[in-house]
Amino acid sequence: MSTVSLEKRSAAAPGLARIVRHGRDWAPLAVLVALCLVISAFNGNFLTIANLMRLLNTAAIPLVLALGSTFVILMGSIDLSVEGVVALTAVLASLLVANNISPLAIGLWAAPAAILAGGLLGFVNGWLHVRLKIPSFMTTLGVGFAGVGIATAILRGFTARIADPSFRFLSLGRVFGVPMAVWIAAVALGAALVFQQRTRSGRWIYAIGADESTARNAGIPVERTRILVFTVAGLFYGLAGVLSVAQFGQGHALISQGRLFTAVTAVVVGGTALSGGVGSVLNTVVGVLIVVTLANGMVLMGVEPYVQQGVQGLLIIAAVALSLDRSRLDVVK
Amino acid sequence: MNEAPKTLELRGVTKRFPGVMALDGVSFAAAKGEVVGLIGENGAGKSTVLKILSGIYQPDSGEVIVNGQPLRIASAREAFDHGVAMVFQEQSIIHNLTVAENMFLGREAEFLRFGLIDKRRMNAATEPFLRRVRLDVHPARRCADLTFAQRQMVEIAKALTLDDRMSGRVTILLDEPTSVLESAEVRLLFEIVEELKQRAAVVFISHRLEEVVSISDRIYVMRDGKVVKEVSAANATIPDLQAQMVGRQLHHEYYREARQAAPTAQVVMQARALSKQGAFADVSFALRAGEVLGVAGVVGSGREKLAQCLAGHLKPDSGELIVQGDTRRVWGAYEAVAEGVGLVPSERKVEGVVTAFSVAENMTLSALPQFERRGVLDFARERAVAQQWVDKLRIKTPTVRTLVSGLSGGNQQKVVLAKWRVAGVKVLILDHPTRGIDVGAKEDVYELVRDMTGEGLAIVLLGDTLDEVVGLSSRILVMRDGGVVAEVDAAAGAKPSQLDIVRHMA
Repeated sequence: MSTVSLEKRSAAAPGLARIVRHGRDWAPLAVLVALCLVISAFNGNFLTIANLMRLLNTAAIPLVLALGSTFVILMGSIDLSVEGVVALTAVLASLLVANNISPLAIGLWAAPAAILAGGLLGFVNGWLHVRLKIPSFMTTLGVGFAGVGIATAILRGFTARIADPSFRFLSLGRVFGVPMAVWIAAVALGAALVFQQRTRSGRWIYAIGADESTARNAGIPVERTRILVFTVAGLFYGLAGVLSVAQFGQGHALISQGRLFTAVTAVVVGGTALSGGVGSVLNTVVGVLIVVTLANGMVLMGVEPYVQQGVQGLLIIAAVALSLDRSRLDVVK
Repeated sequence: MNEAPKTLELRGVTKRFPGVMALDGVSFAAAKGEVVGLIGENGAGKSTVLKILSGIYQPDSGEVIVNGQPLRIASAREAFDHGVAMVFQEQSIIHNLTVAENMFLGREAEFLRFGLIDKRRMNAATEPFLRRVRLDVHPARRCADLTFAQRQMVEIAKALTLDDRMSGRVTILLDEPTSVLESAEVRLLFEIVEELKQRAAVVFISHRLEEVVSISDRIYVMRDGKVVKEVSAANATIPDLQAQMVGRQLHHEYYREARQAAPTAQVVMQARALSKQGAFADVSFALRAGEVLGVAGVVGSGREKLAQCLAGHLKPDSGELIVQGDTRRVWGAYEAVAEGVGLVPSERKVEGVVTAFSVAENMTLSALPQFERRGVLDFARERAVAQQWVDKLRIKTPTVRTLVSGLSGGNQQKVVLAKWRVAGVKVLILDHPTRGIDVGAKEDVYELVRDMTGEGLAIVLLGDTLDEVVGLSSRILVMRDGGVVAEVDAAAGAKPSQLDIVRHMA
């Protein structure tokens, strides 16, 4: 079992230290609850079924992205290629379904194709990082930037409008009154949870993030695992690209603007440590809900958009400041 | 004062660790104008003394007196500022800074002009100190570009800067300063030490007894956390010192000698002329199933690096490693584990266990694919196997889900051993397997070693003490300065004496 059972992780800590650690483990959830209470006190419309459904719908794409990022961050790396991969896979998907620019129309097959393309970009991230020993910060920044560039070049700045209702159903369709995007994000969460909890790779991610030299000496294929994790992250970003196209009914290079910040913020606010080894995709669910609820709440409360952005910036810094056990940190880079 | 004032003195310093008395009423002193040698076997307590002087440990009782003042040392920096400079193997040199920047690290304020560092003045201030240690390099050279010996001289030069700003006297501790030096460099170092003692007290800690006898005025011998002998170097002979260092009888029972298996004929691992630059050269041996091959040698003999090469953590520069009959060209930790070779490292917390993982998670770390069913981990089986090993090795833990960080050192070590047993290793390399664990746990580890060889595993043992190496091994390779200098048989009932081994070591 790796980290979901929060109690187990702190079982060894005695007395006060235990309470503090417990506090730290449960803080994200407490923040989410407090946030909901505050917002609903200001605005009665917050706790309505319609608004909560809107909230979940808004959370779908950020969740899919943040799930992918979670694994990378758990391993102690960082993935800044989110926007580039989403832009490129979204443009690909929009050109593969019936649209106003390319003659192709492979229908729903565009979805797996775009997801695989995301996986391929993730593989490139991991391969460059591991084989050329370039820090993940730099390789993913470069790949992400290139992704946006290629997406722009493919469409030459135009927007591909899709005309395939079955593809748009992937986001807009409703099953039991819940948008498909939410269902798909839920399935992605389930898959991520199984990968994290029940596969050897999931266990290895924690081992590498917590203590790479022990992991290596234990015979764990560290390099291969790193590449795999970046590839898996890419698959999730590809899925997010597909959902973006289905949601907006169009594909263009700027479709992913702002996604990177949301994804990383959600992971960190959820309590996954940037230093690796600590956290979970479940933490990320809480983190995404905090970020999305805060944004939704600020809209309901009539906060100006630019102020909203400022608040989100402060949020990520506050989250990191609260989550670190600074008494035990000697060196901060 | 009647006698010459001491610049550094330890009075009855005692330090206890759980189950171990690391220092037991240690007293020694050094005065300006003398070189004091401090010798002892691995684990005798020398490094604990150094750790107390550099503020890593605080003594449980006793006093550290510097220049007549009792002192509570909180950090190496504080000791330095009080006039006690420690020259560890280039520990305080930062490689990407220049010689001058290293010399005055933390004291840049002396060279400020309008808030900026006056580099020219700093370089100029460095030069006289470099001359004193006969180091002919420019102060603006980056330390990364210097040789090892040169960096060590920078360390010493840095210690000399104390001389200028101290009102009291200076003590310079040299810890194994010659272990990586060539003989010409050693001669130069000795000349410098002779000069140093005109101005300072020098404490010289080394495994090389000839050198200690030739450079020191007085020698303290440590054993089992005590100072057992103080002799003037003029009256000291090397065999005497060796006898004082060892001074212990072998306990046949303690090491389960009756259970020592006779080695089989089956060779599981073979090294041919294995070499690693700066660590060891031309090492050859054959390891047989069921035997414990002890490797004896002091710090700097190259045995730690050899162990790491065997386990794939380091790449040898030349030579062949033959495992299970095949010559291995690609040999990393991954390949080693796949071929059944595991290492129990001396730095347990750093390399042995993942402290954030549970007992069960640590035990299965090297063998996860075994626990998969249709691509998914079978937790029930993982816990069942972990529980079997907890019972078999008598690991004291509330449950197999307990975090390994909450266990005692001895129990953590058993978890590491269990990890390799779960992975099904054929060859286990034990690097100081009983370091820092209490006596009871040590005996359990010895019992396990006998269990493992009884099941046909081959073990390479780098013991924590010579006693342990002799007691457990069936054969002993003695290493010195990177080469194997002797192979000594240690069959049950016909154990060599420790002196037989020490003779070859230093």
